[in-house]
Amino acid sequence: MKRRAFLGSGLAAGALFASNAGGRAEEPAPRATGCLGLIVERASGSVLLIDNVRRAALGRIEGLGDLSHATAVFSPCERYSYVFGRDGGLTRIDLLESRIDKRVLQSGNSIGGAISDDGRLVAVANYTPGGVNVFDADTLATVASVPALGADGKASKTVGIVALPGRRFIYSLYDAGEIWIADFGDGATPKLTKFGNVGRLPYDGNVTSDARHYLAGLFGEDGFAHIDLWVPDLKCERVGQGYFGGQQRLPVYKMPHLEGWGQSANDLLLPACGAHEVLAVDLQTMGLKKRIPTHGQPVFCVARPDGREVWVNFAHPLNDIVQIIDVPTLEVVHSFAPGPGVMHLEFTPRGNEIWISARDADKVVVMDVRRREQIAEIAARKPSGILFASRAHRLGG
Amino acid sequence: MSRFAAAVFALLCLPVFAQAGTPRGKLVGLVRQDCGSCHGLTLKGGLGPALLPTALAGKSVEGLAAIILDGVPGTPMPPWRGELSPEDALWIAQKLKEGFPQ
Repeated sequence: MKRRAFLGSGLAAGALFASNAGGRAEEPAPRATGCLGLIVERASGSVLLIDNVRRAALGRIEGLGDLSHATAVFSPCERYSYVFGRDGGLTRIDLLESRIDKRVLQSGNSIGGAISDDGRLVAVANYTPGGVNVFDADTLATVASVPALGADGKASKTVGIVALPGRRFIYSLYDAGEIWIADFGDGATPKLTKFGNVGRLPYDGNVTSDARHYLAGLFGEDGFAHIDLWVPDLKCERVGQGYFGGQQRLPVYKMPHLEGWGQSANDLLLPACGAHEVLAVDLQTMGLKKRIPTHGQPVFCVARPDGREVWVNFAHPLNDIVQIIDVPTLEVVHSFAPGPGVMHLEFTPRGNEIWISARDADKVVVMDVRRREQIAEIAARKPSGILFASRAHRLGG
Repeated sequence: MSRFAAAVFALLCLPVFAQAGTPRGKLVGLVRQDCGSCHGLTLKGGLGPALLPTALAGKSVEGLAAIILDGVPGTPMPPWRGELSPEDALWIAQKLKEGFPQ
């Protein structure tokens, strides 16, 4: 019965696309977006619209520009996705109609973005000229442009932007070594809170799922910058300092990412930068609990939604392997090779399945998480990021 | 460095060596995909600087090859020696200055 229902919705979706192509004004068929998502095809400037229940690609949307390192966030209603391109492009995609709804070139070069908790503001962190641009989520009209001039007066690349409750965004200034909070709670003019001397070269940042702990990874030193956002007097402190213990940092062929990091009830699992290790930080004490040896330099440490396991991919040239860390024991319990050039991993909202992009095999592998077996394969051109619409309802987005 | 310069000179004099090392198609893929992680797939720059001909106009092929092989200490630019031969690095540097193939 369910199967028939899926086929029915698939046919309806096909009819919807056909009517768009023909330009005829037909009533769109009812359709839901909760199981939809995007796969970024980084080299061809396109995204695949996918259905993670049917495990199928529904269509390809082209014309998004340079999508190396592209990521996306979703509107609270899950109809729209905002894709942040490397070339400074901000594209709003209509998931229902499988098309580009609006697109602006908002800067020369961007790295990522976030959507405010009320879904009204989309903020983009930029490399060139640096700073954060904030847009109206409906019109993509500019709401604010916040330059990132560090204490030294120089423009800084901005990285690691996430949304905080109360129409706030938090991000790191790569060159200046600062962390800023831009508070849009009172309208279009943000109130800025700045933290200086947070550490050298913060390369990415993220906030825990309760929006309490913001951490930025530091390239220029072994450690993380940490702000506890629940205390009244905010301050930035180092966490995991000296995790190398005097070891030489290895050359880093791909910067680690903190997006999707491995968070469980008590621990935060973070990629070490320049070491074949995942670091477990105790969320109660913020102390370093364990250095977990891994196959290579970790890029993404993605927690299964229940936090029981963390799945990890690795930097070039060891990027054909994925390892699974068991969180209660903090040990690697399984390794497998889903394909060459593993770029990203995305769990379905309840964690029963995981989608893994194998860039160099031009495919995305879908696996049953408990059996750890492949159950489907989606053809995609040089796939990188996999982003499901259910992200709309996670804090931080 | 002078030994390196001599090696560079020798390589430029002996085009047969230019055929050695990693297959060119693989190098193009590596530069676009893996260098592109930081410098952008279009090489317009990202966390790392732009690698377009205009941006590299003032830099020598040999100097760029040395950066590729040895990295830039204190920055995220890693050394690629071991993965890339000096011939590979010179070829990449030359092509970056000319406009890198797709």
